[in-house]
Order: sequence, then C-alpha cells, then structure tokens
Amino acid sequence: MTEISTVLRGKVYVLGDNIDTDQILTAEYLKINPASDEGRHQLATLAMCGLPSGSLPFIDPLTGRSAYEFIMARDNFGCGSSREHAVVALGASAVKAVIAHSFARIFFRNCIATGQLMPVTLQPDYSVEGVKTGDIIEIDTTSHQIMTPHRSLKIAPVGELAGIVAAGGLFAYARLVGKIVANIHD
Amino acid sequence: MDNATKTRVGMTLSEKILARACGREHVSPGEVIFAKVDVLMSHDPCTPGVASVFKKEFGAQAKVWDKQRFIMIPDHFTYTADSQANHNIRVMREFAAQQEITHFYDVGTPDYKGVCHIGLAEGGHTRPGEVLLGTDSHTVTAGAFGTFAIGVGITDGAFALGCGETLLLVPSTIRVNYHGIMPVNIQAKDLILVLLKQLGVAGATYQAIEFGGNIIDELSIEERMTLCNMVVECGAKNGIMVPNQAALNWLKTRTNIPFSILEPDSDAHYTRTIDIDVTALNPVVARPHSPDNVTDIDNLANVAISQAYIGSCTGGKTSDFIAAARIMKGRTVVIPTFAVPATKEVFHQLITTQLDGISIYQILVDAGVRLSSEPGCAACCGGPGDTFGRVNSPVSIISTTNRNFVGRMGHKGATIYLASPYSVAATAITGSITNPTRFLA
Repeated sequence: MTEISTVLRGKVYVLGDNIDTDQILTAEYLKINPASDEGRHQLATLAMCGLPSGSLPFIDPLTGRSAYEFIMARDNFGCGSSREHAVVALGASAVKAVIAHSFARIFFRNCIATGQLMPVTLQPDYSVEGVKTGDIIEIDTTSHQIMTPHRSLKIAPVGELAGIVAAGGLFAYARLVGKIVANIHD
Repeated sequence: MDNATKTRVGMTLSEKILARACGREHVSPGEVIFAKVDVLMSHDPCTPGVASVFKKEFGAQAKVWDKQRFIMIPDHFTYTADSQANHNIRVMREFAAQQEITHFYDVGTPDYKGVCHIGLAEGGHTRPGEVLLGTDSHTVTAGAFGTFAIGVGITDGAFALGCGETLLLVPSTIRVNYHGIMPVNIQAKDLILVLLKQLGVAGATYQAIEFGGNIIDELSIEERMTLCNMVVECGAKNGIMVPNQAALNWLKTRTNIPFSILEPDSDAHYTRTIDIDVTALNPVVARPHSPDNVTDIDNLANVAISQAYIGSCTGGKTSDFIAAARIMKGRTVVIPTFAVPATKEVFHQLITTQLDGISIYQILVDAGVRLSSEPGCAACCGGPGDTFGRVNSPVSIISTTNRNFVGRMGHKGATIYLASPYSVAATAITGSITNPTRFLA
C-alpha cells in the first residue's frame, strides 16, 4: 500500500471536455522513451504542449515544470491515443492529480498501471463548474472530498480496478496477488 | 451445476473470447480477470519504453514470454532524419536480436511492412477468437477478423511481454447492426462516422462494440477494418465482428496457425442495440476538431479546402486507393494531395491493380497526386518536421485518417475534415468539399 498524504493542496489549471492526448503531448514527442530517466526529464517540460494557441501557459518558464499541481476537466479526459507518454509527462511535470467528470479508458488505465498520476473522478452530481485556472484547491483522499474556493466536491470510488491503485501500480499489484514473482533479483 | 450457472445469460463475442482466454466457462461484464495474450504488438514509439519497463520489472536477463508472439513493427517515424526517432528503431533492432524475435518487420529490409495494424493483418497475426494487445489505440482494427484486440500503454505491454497475460476488466457490449442495401457512394468510413455522431466521443467508453447485420457480413475485409479501426474514437475498448468469408479468405494464405470461429450466444446481453439502415445514407464528414462532429456532406458544399491526404491505418489500404482512383481517373487534383500507402504490400498492389487497364499508381500520379513510396503512419499523426504530407501551416485539410484534433496532423492552426476516400478524392478534384456521387456514375 502506497502511503500518500491525505490532503493535497495546490493551484489548478481548468480545462473543458474531451482533452485529447495530442493536446497533452503532441505525437512528435512519442520518440521520447517515457520509461527512461532522460525521457521523463524531457517529457516534464512538454506537458500540455499541444494546447491550442492562445491558451494560458501551463509550464512555468522558471522551473520548466507545471505551474499547477492539479488539472480539472470535464468529460472524457485523455481521449485518443494509447500513449503512456502523456501520463508520464503530466506526472513528471509535477502534476499530482487530474480531476475530471470522466476519463477515456486507456488514459485512466495508464494512470493506474504506472501509478504516476492520480486520476480523480467526480461523483455524477458534482461539477468543476465555477472553478477557475489559478484557484487553490485541496484534495482530501481520506474523506474523498475536494475543497474549491466556492464549494466542496465529492470523489467517486475508483471502481473495479481499485486494487491496482491501492498497490501503487500494475506490477506491484501483480506481485501482491502472486501473479509474478515478488523479487526479480537472481 | 448450481442454479446460478443454469440461469446465466449467454455471452457476447467479446465475453466468449475472454472466458476462453482466462480458462473459464463464463465471464460477465465488470469482472476483473487475468487473460492469456495470444499476440502482443509494439511499434517504434513504444517499444523502447516497453523494453525498459520489461527489463526493470522482470530483470536485465529476462526472456520474453514467447518470441513468436511478440510482433515488432516500426511504422510511426520510419522515414525521417530525426536522430531520436532513428535511435528508437535501433533500440528495436537490438531488442529483437537479443530476444531472437521471430516477427520483426524492420524498416530498410525486405520484411518491412509499414502501418502496424495493416501489417499485423498482412502477416496473418489477426486471428479469430484470440486476444491481441498492441501499444497503439488503433489496435482495435483487428476486430474485423473476430479478434478481441485492444490498445494498451507501455506498462501493460511490458507486463504481457513478460508473463503472457493481461489484467482486464470484462467490458459490457453495445451491439450495432448495419442493414439494408449499401448505396454506391457510401463507404465503411461513412458508416463509422454515422455511428460516432450517434454515440459521441465518449459514448462507448469502457465498452465493446459488436457489429452485425447483413452489411457487415457483406463488407470486404478492408472495409471491415475501417469500421473497427475507429471504434476507439467513441471511447470503445474494442470493436468486433464474427469473421465473414472475406476475413477467412484473407487469412487462408497468411497463417497456418489454427484458430476457432466463435459467435455470440443468441441470448447474449447487450447494454444497448443500435440499428442503422444504410439504404438512404448520404456521405458524411467529421468537421474540426472532433471525429463525432459529423454532418451530411451536402451541408458543407463549397467549404474551401487547401490540402488533401489519403493514408493511415484507417484510409491507406489498397481498397482506399482504388476508391480514390475511381474518382480521379482522367481528372486532375486542384489542391496539393498527398497519398501514403499504409504498407509496402499496399504500395505494390497500387502498381499491380488496374482500373480499365491503367494501374492505380498511374491514375493517381496522372491526376497530380503526390504519392509516397515510403509506407508508414506519415502525416496522420503529424510526426517530425520532415514527415511526408505533414501539415505545416494553418490550412484546411480533408483526410481519410481517423482523428481531427487540434494539431493532430502538424500545425495547431490547421482545420481537419475527415471523410471517406471517395469524398476526399472528389474534394481534391474540385478544391471544396464535394459529394462524390456525381463522379461515380
């Protein structure tokens, strides 16, 4: 079980519906290996590089990392490609969680399989409506609530794949349930 | 057998394949299972990552679970001077050599294929009743053969590579029936766009789409692939069809590996059934910037277009070029029109296939099409700056490809319209969005 602090606090970047993986990480950067240290470093500076021209800058030019701890979006976040690079780019760029009304399947799976980015789904009756980019929010993972400047939102249960989330990723889960050997050292 | 077993509902095609893959009589939607993987495919943007995770998790000396079942296909950035992209292909070469991989379709060799999803089918790796994983969202294309085929990330890819299994949530299934009489101006691309309009970009998230109806039974294998290819654009986990004679004929010469043809039970449970009568359909177009932003092509008549593109796993198969040639024969394009065959086999078929005694290749070149001899994904997903056909300025483009997101084909200011090969070819001839019907007399 991965221990994470129960309250995460930080600045949020707000987006709309159907944020596709080309906006999170443009396809030309698929040439970067997201599973290498060097690749992670490169991807960190490229998170959300495909946002339409004129969007508020996502990367802080001083740090070369995300200026925001959180992203809030509406439906179908991460639709499109299966590129794990997109999840790694956000995680490496110091984004702690993406909060959305719903996620595209492969993006959600990549978040939990890698354990590198927390996908937070809101309960159906709650909306990111009214939250603005730059607002400070707090996620309480114990009480499953998010505090925004105006109101509190409820987090939906992870669902059937909660075991993987609790274990901290697919490989950790597979070792836990004895699917693969616990120790790779010869 | 207990009562619960007796009263179980029948299974959909996807459920049947997954039950078999986890060694059980029955599975239900929502169950989490470890399923045996029959084939795993990875291409150049993801193999280096898959190899890194594989070595980290299974050990530097670990061997892949089955060297005949891991299919390696470079396709995304194969013809480029970009050093990082070329490095990835060298990583593939080293890994393939080290692991003695049987099917590595390396660029620059006689084995090279091109776009992985079409290459998988050409290599006979898309077999009915099997579970196929690929590190690319359009892996769903193989559903045309009755394969349970899904796209995965590199972590899931590496997991399967090491242990030959994958952890899956059994999806519920939406049944989609196409029936009626296929109009001459309608192609599979129109059929899937019509469905995307109805379902929306998230309308099938986490679900399987099972296609049926007389139209599906009658479609060519290439057109069936186009339909399954784009199910991911409405969020589906997979698209699948019972293999028809065309699918079996295709496989006959391409694989010796025995396979089973499964069919859904007559009492299978579907969360939803959609019936589409194709008889009165008119061609459709997906407008910027979403594949479900679909409208009748006649609503866009006279929208000026400055570039056209024919290619990709969706619209770069031999039949797609034959369709374009039917429209372009004896005519000339008035806008820059780029065409990239999906695979080397497709490219060769453009030379050997004739329409009224003239090769498809010649028809397209005579019409002024810039036809690449370098098969691959090319400009469908933008790619490095020197990619053939890449959209490098804020123009409007019509394309046979699968996604029209902002920046998808290169420039963020470009507006991308998605349409059938017929409609793209007709538009290339006139310079504005054009219903192909009048060219198909």
